[in-house]
Parts: sequence; structure tokens; C-alpha cells
Amino acid sequence: MKLHRATKKDNPQPSRSSGTAAPAGSTSSYSVVCQSVTKRYVNNTPFEKTTVLAVEEVSFAVERGELFGIIGPDGAGKTTLFRILTTLLLADSGTVSVEGKDVVHDFRKIRNEVGYMPGRFSLYQDLTVEENLNVFAKVFKTTIEENYHLIEDIYRQLEPFKKRRAGKLSGGMKQKLALCCALIHKPTVLFLDEPTTGVDPVSRKEFWGMLARLKEEKITILVSTPYMDEASMCDRIALIQQGRILQIDTPRAIVSRFPHPLLSVRGNQPSKLLHDLRSIPGVRSCFAFGDAHHVTTGDKSLSTDGLLEQLRQLGHSEVVIQPVEASVEDCFMELTRGESGLTTEKR
Amino acid sequence: MKSTTRDIVISAQQLTKKFGRFTAVDAISFDVYKGEIFGFLGANGAGKTTAMRMLSGLSAATSGRATVAGYDINTQPEQIKKTIGYMSQKFALYDDLKVWENIRLYAGIYGVPEKEIAPRTDRLLEQLGFENERNTMVKSLPLGWKQKLAFSVAIFHEPTVVFLDEPTGGVDPAARRNFWEMIYDAAARGITVFATTHYMDEAEYCDRVSIMVDGKIEALDSPVQLKQTYNARTMDEVFHQLARTSTRKAD
Repeated sequence: MKLHRATKKDNPQPSRSSGTAAPAGSTSSYSVVCQSVTKRYVNNTPFEKTTVLAVEEVSFAVERGELFGIIGPDGAGKTTLFRILTTLLLADSGTVSVEGKDVVHDFRKIRNEVGYMPGRFSLYQDLTVEENLNVFAKVFKTTIEENYHLIEDIYRQLEPFKKRRAGKLSGGMKQKLALCCALIHKPTVLFLDEPTTGVDPVSRKEFWGMLARLKEEKITILVSTPYMDEASMCDRIALIQQGRILQIDTPRAIVSRFPHPLLSVRGNQPSKLLHDLRSIPGVRSCFAFGDAHHVTTGDKSLSTDGLLEQLRQLGHSEVVIQPVEASVEDCFMELTRGESGLTTEKR
Repeated sequence: MKSTTRDIVISAQQLTKKFGRFTAVDAISFDVYKGEIFGFLGANGAGKTTAMRMLSGLSAATSGRATVAGYDINTQPEQIKKTIGYMSQKFALYDDLKVWENIRLYAGIYGVPEKEIAPRTDRLLEQLGFENERNTMVKSLPLGWKQKLAFSVAIFHEPTVVFLDEPTGGVDPAARRNFWEMIYDAAARGITVFATTHYMDEAEYCDRVSIMVDGKIEALDSPVQLKQTYNARTMDEVFHQLARTSTRKAD
């Protein structure tokens, strides 16, 4: 098993944390420091033994008050990573500190300080909205009133249903209640594992609005998502695939590093256009992007006019080609290009 | 492409579903044509799932009517179940069965003739490039492969319509695009595709799109027309304009 890969050079840390193993508590500007974390799952059944490398040599450092996004598809290792960061799962190797405390030795202290919203709805379905919130407040030895200002914006929308059982709430409302419960003890760090998965675009935007307001309260927020379009809402993002971090930077910087000129090609027969574009020599990659296709050409000899002409010969009369700025999704596909997607190592 | 003589595969007229005093689906009417890719959009709680359950013969209408492949949803739900395929992100394949076993199981459930199952399984595995995965447990396939297999299994019996309920949630961007190319191929073979999604770029890949707000269909047209009508650059903007008008806050 290879532990060091070519992509490692893309990761700017651990040098970011000034070379020390873990920054010492309050003097550091880092809230969460994750160094070379690896986690394998071994599945031993009478029929086969499989090892899945869920997280591999992951390193990053999140600054205090930062909104840090971990972006990647299902199965990339996001949940495993979150469970390690929140002291719920032990890594096979590597170290993690949260607010200067070690996740293995100081797990109790960390648990008192952080808020965690797991991907799967994990509140008490048979308790009402109000009762759930009270349980969480009491566990952390506080009251709803004490930190009401933190949840006020969100809780106001829930208040009409405070006597309703949590299990009977709609998806969007459950999500809001879960966020309130994770916030009620005024955590210094908030871990949100896929809070917007399966949520419609309007509610997703609303949720990110809430996070922006929490950021003003100086809470450090780590959030994971499979939706690439949410990347731009974060201060910095880590793109993750198959347990490995591909890049860490601001969304702007990642987008600006896209290595090729990118063209948007629009036509009135999108499906045929896609196939035809791929058949043209010099076209390096071609992916559908909404109502246009995004194309990179590997060959400098293929000009925009040349491409237009070739498409005309293939029967595309109304084609518009424009240069376009890459999105985080373009970058993600570029970084994972050519991977078969078969992640399981069989032993 | 859109001639009026095209065969209608799904037809809903004033289709309504009430749960007690709550109207989940409120008199929706629309037609879907053979070989069309129809995007069925709406916010969480707008009534999409309820409508889809009625159209797939799982739930009877309170009032109004609908036919799918010529069968009435209220009186012939069993015939409908045999004529359609269904795939959702949440439930698609059995993790603890091998690839071939999943195909075998669904082929049996959908009533594919016994003699045809083996040769068609071989053909499918070859088309997918899955020959080496025949005996792999589904749980150890990467998600992108699972989705492809789940879709192939849902159309293994060449259904008239395939219902896709958020088929691509959480899938990586390249696999998501791969998946849509499979959808295009199925539609080109004449299979009608009825799909929900929360990815607005995918709405652009549909021939026509309907947007539900509070149980009603508020808009139905091609993505190009919708963008023109709502003076929007993207389907995302169209969706936001319409979904914001929702007053249904807690379904």
C-alpha cells in the first residue's frame, strides 16, 4: 500500500503549523489541526476479507473562526474524518487536535466544547422539538435561555411546532432542529456532516445563510458536502476523493489553478454535440455542464474557429463557443481525471 | 421532436392526494410522451414523492385520474408495477448479494422470461464493462458503479417508463455525468424517463421540466422556454423564483 502519493505536494501543510507536531493550545491561531490521519476498515466475513482505506494520510489545519468546507462525493471518507475529529472514532495513525486538545487523550474536554451534527438525523424522534432542545441543553449543563441568541434566528422558524414530535417534522425542519441542538451549549467548534444532503436548492441556500451568521459569532465551522456549488460559500475548502485530499485552498485560488483554457460549447442538439465533441482530435476533455458543455483542448493547434468549423462539418449549425471560468466542479473532475472509481482494495 | 402525435405514456388529470385535511398533491394535470426525459422538480415537501407513488401504482388517488402506459392507477396498479422500472438513491440494490444475484433477483421480480435472463445478464455485464465484477458483492462496488448497475437493473425488463427518484445524490461529478449519458441512451431506445433531482444542472438535461410548489404544478416547459419565461440565466434561478413563492412551511 502506497502511503505517499504524487498529490501530496498539493497539500500546503503541515508546514503551515510552523513545523511543530501540534500547535500549543491558546497561542495557536488554529482551531483544528489534523496531521497524517489514516483509517482503514477491515471487513472479515467467512466469504471474503476486504480492507477499505477510508481516510489516507489526511492533513489540514483550520483557523479560528474559519468556515472550512470538506467537499467530495459519498464514499470519499468525509464521515469517517468527522467522526475522528469529534473523538467518536480512533484513527489508525496520525494526530488530531481540536482547540489545542488531543482527540485521544482529551476527548472528554473536546466533547464539552464542540457541536456535532451527524449526517444521519440523530435526535429523539419521540420527543418534541422543545424536549429535544432541553435534553441537549441539560446534558451540557446549560439552558435554552442562556444561549438563545445563538439559535434565535433558526429557532423562531421552529417555534410554531415546538410541541410537535421531532419524528413528525419535515426534512428541512429536522435539519434546523439538529443545528439548534448542536449549538445550544455555545460550542467553539461546530462540525456539520453533510447538513444539506437531499435538501432542495432553496433550503440549501437558506442553510448557508445561517452558517454565515454563525461565523459572525466567531464559531469555527467545519462542514462537509457533496454539492460542489456550495464550495464558494466557504473561506477555504479541501477537495476529497477516495480518502485522499486533492487540494486545500480558497475556492478562488483552486479555481484559478485550473490548468487549461476552458471553453463553453452550446448547441441545439446537446447529446449529439457531446458525442461529436469527444470524437474531435485535440479535444482533451468534454463534460456536460447544465445547458452547455465544458471543453478543454490539449492541442494548441485546435483554435476556437477550428473547433467551430469541425462541428459545422458534423452538422452542428448553431453552435456558440465562449471562454468560461472554471468552477470548483470543473477542478474536481480535472483532479480526479482518469480514475476508475474502484476504491476497494481486496486482500 | 415534439410533434403532437407522439404517444402519451403518462397522463394525469386533476390528480389529487389528500391526507386528512392536508392536500399533498393538488389537482395536477400533465402528459409525458414516449422516449421523453421528464424532470419532476420541486422543493422538499412540495408533493413530488406522493405524486410519484401514485404514478407508480403504490398509492391511490383521492380524486382525479392518471394513466401510466395506458393503465389506470386506481384500478390497475398491479399492471402498472409490471410495466415500469423504479430506482431511488435510497433503495436500489441488495448490498449483501453479488452483482449477478441482484440482476437475477430483479429480473425475476419484473417477470423477465426464465430463458432470457442468463443471456441478457451476460450482455448487460459486457455493456457495462462489469464482466470481472459478476461475483462481487454489491456493497464493495464504488457508488458510481452501483448507480449504473441500479439503473441497468431498473430497465432490465425494458419497461415503458422508468421512475428515478433522486438517482444521483452524492455521486461524484464525473459519475453523475456518466449516469446521465445512460439516461440519454435509454430514452433514445424509447424508454420514458421520469426523474426527480436536486441538481439544477441536471434539470437542463431534461426535454421538459415541471416544477411543483405546494402540491401544484406551477410551471411546465422545456428548460429553454422556462428560462425565457422567467427571464433567468439558469434553471437554478427559475427554481428559486418559483420555490420562493411557497407558503407550505411544515408539511
